Amino acid sequence: MFQRVSPTRRGGRILAVAAVSAMLAVSACSSSGADGADSDVTEIKIGTPLPLSGPNAPLGKDALQGAELAADILNNGLPGLKLPLANDKGVPNLNHAKFKIVSADTQGKPENGASAVNHLVNDENVHVIAGALESGVTKTAAQQAERLQVPFITSISSSPALTQQGLKWFFRTGPTDVTYAQSFFGLLDEQKKKDIPADKIALLYMNNTFGTDAAKVAKSLAESNNKQIVADVPFDPAATDLTSQLQNVRAAEPDTVFVVAYPPTATLFINATEQLDYVPPAVMAFGAGFIDAGFIKSAGDGLEGMSRRVAWSEDLGSRNPAAKLVADEYKKRYDAPLTENSARVFTTIMALAQAVNNARSVDPDEIRAALTALDIPGRDTIMPWDGIKFDDQHQNTGARAVVEQRLGGVWKVVYPKDVAAQEIVWPAAEARK
Amino acid sequence: MQDLLQALTNGAFLGAVFALAAVGLTLVFGVTNMLNFAHGDFIMVAMYAGFVCWSLAGLDPLVAIPIAAITLALVAILVYAGIIRPVLGSTQLAQMVVTFGLLTFLRGVIQFAFTATPRRIEDPIVGSIRVVVGGVAVTGAQLVSAAGALVATGALAWFVHRTETGRALQAVGEDAAGASLMGINSGRMYGLAWALAGVSTGVAGALLINNFGIDPLAGASFGIMSFIAVALGGFGSVFGAALAGLLLGVVQGVVGLYLSGYTLTAALGIYLLVLVVRPQGLRGSR
Repeated sequence: MFQRVSPTRRGGRILAVAAVSAMLAVSACSSSGADGADSDVTEIKIGTPLPLSGPNAPLGKDALQGAELAADILNNGLPGLKLPLANDKGVPNLNHAKFKIVSADTQGKPENGASAVNHLVNDENVHVIAGALESGVTKTAAQQAERLQVPFITSISSSPALTQQGLKWFFRTGPTDVTYAQSFFGLLDEQKKKDIPADKIALLYMNNTFGTDAAKVAKSLAESNNKQIVADVPFDPAATDLTSQLQNVRAAEPDTVFVVAYPPTATLFINATEQLDYVPPAVMAFGAGFIDAGFIKSAGDGLEGMSRRVAWSEDLGSRNPAAKLVADEYKKRYDAPLTENSARVFTTIMALAQAVNNARSVDPDEIRAALTALDIPGRDTIMPWDGIKFDDQHQNTGARAVVEQRLGGVWKVVYPKDVAAQEIVWPAAEARK
Repeated sequence: MQDLLQALTNGAFLGAVFALAAVGLTLVFGVTNMLNFAHGDFIMVAMYAGFVCWSLAGLDPLVAIPIAAITLALVAILVYAGIIRPVLGSTQLAQMVVTFGLLTFLRGVIQFAFTATPRRIEDPIVGSIRVVVGGVAVTGAQLVSAAGALVATGALAWFVHRTETGRALQAVGEDAAGASLMGINSGRMYGLAWALAGVSTGVAGALLINNFGIDPLAGASFGIMSFIAVALGGFGSVFGAALAGLLLGVVQGVVGLYLSGYTLTAALGIYLLVLVVRPQGLRGSR
């Protein structure tokens, strides 16, 4: 029944099998390209879970625009911009593959963080995730990305706990609340050297993940810096009035008030200061509340003399040619100023592009390894940072923060000294005269 | 002591607005036996109506009150005729789903039209006023909001309890079939209840923009407080809702002073306590 196969013919078959195997192997190799790059990759999808509706939607929109501008510059270039990959029109080591931003609305709710990541990974097939905004949302989103083994980079969420969870796939380019708070404490120390009372601190903060984490950091740093917390005043993020809370703060007679608020409650805080006609000697604001352009416009003169910590400064940006070019382009496209949030997300996407370029692949493991090894000097970013290099916990060691004060209707850098435009006006009421 | 007085005053002024918001909600429930989950979002739409008057025609929020009230009355009538009337005889679940859908729709439409960027009225007439009596400070916006809310709440209560149409409204709320036998058009009364709720939210929204930012979620907190006030005051009771609204404001002010992070918790705690001890509410009857 079976035809007998001669040794010669058997050898031919073996040869044929070997040839097919070899072809398959070559084919497999060619999918990695002669230079090791995935030859069939034409697009790199970046998922951005952000609050596109809800109270923080303006911040989410701002962050999304930062991501879209970065992707567009990476894909199509921006004449004159001297940043790595800015004019390479795609990823040079990956067939000049283009970037595509795919957004998902988290509504700023922690319970939506994981589902947004699920949607982006399973339905949209994104290769990497860059988000979210609120620390509480980032926490649930990052944990889901860890389960799905997809690289996740945040730049805005600053809760220190995020990089202390031991997550393998989670990275943060932006500063933590510790870095931010240290900038405030550094400024307080400078004041003390000038014999200005700056030891008594009041904390006024939202009692959500972001607010309580920021307060915890402030308390810990106060202890190590020999400062005294004279009032500890949490409030509900859904509050409709903060006058009673500010009365508590006023009664403690602090030298400075640390405020942690998102835009709606930041507005209530300004209302309360106006009602009580109380301006603390210094107001130092954490959080996105004091960054939102809509809030700043609506608060008007009520903000005069108050300070905030930022990872990006328009004041500093105007002194950096690359930052100025990006800020001008952003303004031209979106008719809005480049803010801390859009600048941080822009920088994250640009850094991610370098990681993908180094990885020569969209394989999650390869991207993760490339992120771990990333080392970008500060001059190759638009931020006032030392650079981007991740430590063992995947926190960027080069992220820095500066302190700005609202003076004459604009934000001026007042700390640290080496980049300050002028000295802080203290007490803040002096700025209103 | 002065701090407590300040907190009580603040709470009472805020409570007056809660009261006005709650009265509209309880009126709809009392007459149609239906809970409108989008009630807070009617206030938000009214805030935008006031904002449009200000940004397009330069009208101060105080001048825009009648325009916002009429606009919201029309919106409420349209909502009633378009999506509420068809489900009036349906199950409570169907009615709840419809008003939840309305909530999402209103937020979505407003966000589409105005984006999510917070807006604010600049330099309202009452903006620069600040009165200090015995160390207690009150802003012009607070004074106007509280006074306007009290007048509007009083007018609504008077209309419901002292006019023939108001009594017809109550009659339909108590027994629609019986009221029909007496020649009262219950369908019209349902529509009127919605229109009056629209007027109350219109006035509340226009008053609030003197002091509050405007965004697509601006009505959410007031919606929650309205629900608590209605449950606390007794479902369907106009006086009960007004009283409970005031009480909630005062509780928030005082709790904010002593347990600053627990203002909403305190409001909900009182609500739960009333549910256990007096489920019919402060002014409701079993």
